Amino acid sequence: MTHRPEGATAAPARAFDPVVVREDFPILRVRDGRRLVYLDSAATSQKPEAVLRAMDRYYETCNANIHRGVYRIAEEATAAYEDARRRVANFIGARSPREVIFTRNSTEALNLIAYSYGRTFLKPGDAILLTETEHHSNFVPWQILAQERGLEMRFIPIDGHQELDLAALPGLLADGRVRLATVVHISNTLGTINPVAEIAKQVKAAGAVMVVDASQSVPHCPVDVQALGADFVAFTSHKMLGPTGIGALWARREHLEAMPPFLSGGEMIREVKLKSSKWNELPWKFEAGTMCIAEAVGLGAAVQYLETLGMDAVFAHDRELAAYTIGRLADVPGVRVLGPPADRHAGAVAFTMEGVHPHDIATVLDADDVAVRAGHHCTMPLHTKLGIPASTRASFHCYSVPEDVDAMIRGLERARKMFT
Amino acid sequence: MSWGDIYRENILDHYKRPSHKGTIESPDITYEDSNPLCGDVIRMDVKVEDGKIAAVRFSGQGCSISQASADMLCEKLEGMSLDEAKKISREDVLEMLGIELGPVRLKCGLLALKTLKAGVYGLEQWPGEDEDENP
Repeated sequence: MTHRPEGATAAPARAFDPVVVREDFPILRVRDGRRLVYLDSAATSQKPEAVLRAMDRYYETCNANIHRGVYRIAEEATAAYEDARRRVANFIGARSPREVIFTRNSTEALNLIAYSYGRTFLKPGDAILLTETEHHSNFVPWQILAQERGLEMRFIPIDGHQELDLAALPGLLADGRVRLATVVHISNTLGTINPVAEIAKQVKAAGAVMVVDASQSVPHCPVDVQALGADFVAFTSHKMLGPTGIGALWARREHLEAMPPFLSGGEMIREVKLKSSKWNELPWKFEAGTMCIAEAVGLGAAVQYLETLGMDAVFAHDRELAAYTIGRLADVPGVRVLGPPADRHAGAVAFTMEGVHPHDIATVLDADDVAVRAGHHCTMPLHTKLGIPASTRASFHCYSVPEDVDAMIRGLERARKMFT
Repeated sequence: MSWGDIYRENILDHYKRPSHKGTIESPDITYEDSNPLCGDVIRMDVKVEDGKIAAVRFSGQGCSISQASADMLCEKLEGMSLDEAKKISREDVLEMLGIELGPVRLKCGLLALKTLKAGVYGLEQWPGEDEDENP
């Protein structure tokens, strides 16, 4: 298995220094002697000044509704919004910006596929294929669809290393009933980097479409949707240094052309009569109502910022920190790290500690301004499979530094002394 | 708020050395509930004699706040009538804990009470739990 995700493109990168990068993130600056140790970037990333300024600038200079007004600032707003789409399309290797639909987040992008593609093209008796490691956002829309349409749900299991057991894949696809497969690219809990291109190859050969939940990969590593071989790729802005409220769905144009609209109303129509309407062309067919314009602009700025850092460098940095964290955790008594070994681990490290509940760990760490995630990280089926109710997770982005991990380790030692 | 405030000695004491953790064989009332946020589970077993709570035990897993509050609640409950048990309020539990809880940890602190009330009332008569709502 290659540990660089498939679909990776080499991008020119300036050697980045996370200590310098941190200066771009206002929330990470020391205030009143307090330094935020933010280790929850898999939940949401922090935002650089460039993103905040881009959104301010939009509101201060050209706030107007897009695709409607013919006056100057409306033209500027429309240009800014569509420029963000072009940036995103280019960032992920889309053939055309028309293949990039802005949504509210990954969850909405996945729901769009389930509602619009699933309800049109999946029939009773068809099967859909997921993995045991999916985030709830990539479980629940499919459960609802399966119940509604009479679909069978199948799951790629995990093996002893908590990695997807690809040996099971041919058997799951053998009867030809799987019409859609949906797989997380990088697990938010295990930190596994799934071989989605290989899975896509088999899935497509079996006559199914391939969906990739790229919520943890597009923000952290180079992703080229062509190389992934997928049909649909969902991701969200707020995990990639952009604002909340905007995400994206990339899909092959032929699918988007064939699919009916998801939400309906203004902007997504070409012509409205009293009793019927004609849909707008792509991508606007899927963007009903006034979209999050400033947020799209912010996402565009985030993409630009990430391109400057270089996604290869960002990913290498994440993985170095993950390996460092796993190494440090090995010295803490009672700690068990979830997911694959350090050399195959992405930048999210979840663990349990004997006798101490994750909530208590997180509360003790919080006293030192160390922010970690405690709970099931929206992967309850995976936690059930692993036989644990909850775990604690540290996750990184370009501004994370080893000192952050050291602060967490100190807190863990204290928590262990308090509770055991 | 710091852990210095939240993890008072009495909470750690109830967490590490609970007096009422366990189960009751053939209880008159048993109910289990969970906190969807963190997957914490609490089961309350109650033995009733002459309309009074003769014995009560909690089981399950959770953080120190949810476990300590369950243990304290059990201590308080023994000897109470079911009607008295129904009247225990969220304020009573928070007073017992003696700490300030934010909206997230509040759910941990009140899980045992919520479980107890659902069990004591029975699901049919369950008036709903305002205990669980964010302030």
